[in-house]
Amino acid sequence: MATTNRPLSPHLQVYRPQLTSVLSILHRGTGIALAVGTLLLIYWLAAAAGGSESFAQAQGLIGSWVGRLLLFGWTFALFYHLCNGVRHLFWDGGYGLELPDVYRSGWMVVAGSFALTVLSWLFGYFGGGL
Amino acid sequence: MSLRSPIGRVRGLGSAKEGVSHWWSQRMTAVALVPLTLWFVAAVTSHVGADHAEMVAWVGSPVTAGLFILLIAATFYHAYLGLQVVIEDYFHSEAAKVVILVLIKGACFVLALIGVLSVLTLLFEG
Ligand code: HEM
Repeated sequence: MATTNRPLSPHLQVYRPQLTSVLSILHRGTGIALAVGTLLLIYWLAAAAGGSESFAQAQGLIGSWVGRLLLFGWTFALFYHLCNGVRHLFWDGGYGLELPDVYRSGWMVVAGSFALTVLSWLFGYFGGGL
Repeated sequence: MSLRSPIGRVRGLGSAKEGVSHWWSQRMTAVALVPLTLWFVAAVTSHVGADHAEMVAWVGSPVTAGLFILLIAATFYHAYLGLQVVIEDYFHSEAAKVVILVLIKGACFVLALIGVLSVLTLLFEG
């Protein structure tokens, strides 16, 4: 029977958190957060389709400080999930699977998602818009 | 040592009972979402604080509307496939699993539909 030699699933509580495990669960966490965030995207589009009154209301809500705070969180979630998703795609292609590479790409993802989040907010405030 | 049971190997299908197609669709939508989300963030940050007329003028162009529709389709397909894996990992009662999956699938479909119809409304207004 092949079943007798199977390993037990890991008992997460007894492990010290490591970069690898934290980034892994963050990918799931941000994926779920982004799925919830689609509600805002669809609300925004539907409000725009509804006319100038409903759109002004939506823009007001999104532009409030609670709205901006949520949006900032979602921006980070999006860029983190995007960067780490690209990391996943490289792994799926068989690249970067040695442990030192896994740590290096992990830190690149952390730096990249912070940088892209800050850049896009700077662009939103001082760039084309407003 | 192989961790797969002989019967599992014979059937050729894992615990999801559908082989590799779910995995592949998740990767393909992920690849599509990389340029689409980069476009989305760049486009939205250049239209911060737009009023309704500006929004109509922007989304009313076929290129913008088309990109929005692609973004919506890829996002909800990818999100459904992703949430399905999460649900399968944490719910062990078959009945609860099926009910939740159907609810999530329905919600994704309805949201995507509202999104696409809103974009089309803006397109024909613009
Ligand atoms: C922006 C580009 C994106 C890329 C490159 C990407 C990439 C990926 C990849 C490769 C996976 C599989 C991870 C694994 O095998 O464990 C995944 C999972 C997932 N993604 Fe995305 N994704 C993107 C955007 C999104 C968006 C916009 C949403 C939500 C609306 C989303 C929701 C999810 C969810 C819920 C999962 C499942 C997480 C899990 O199984 O732990 N993703 N993504």
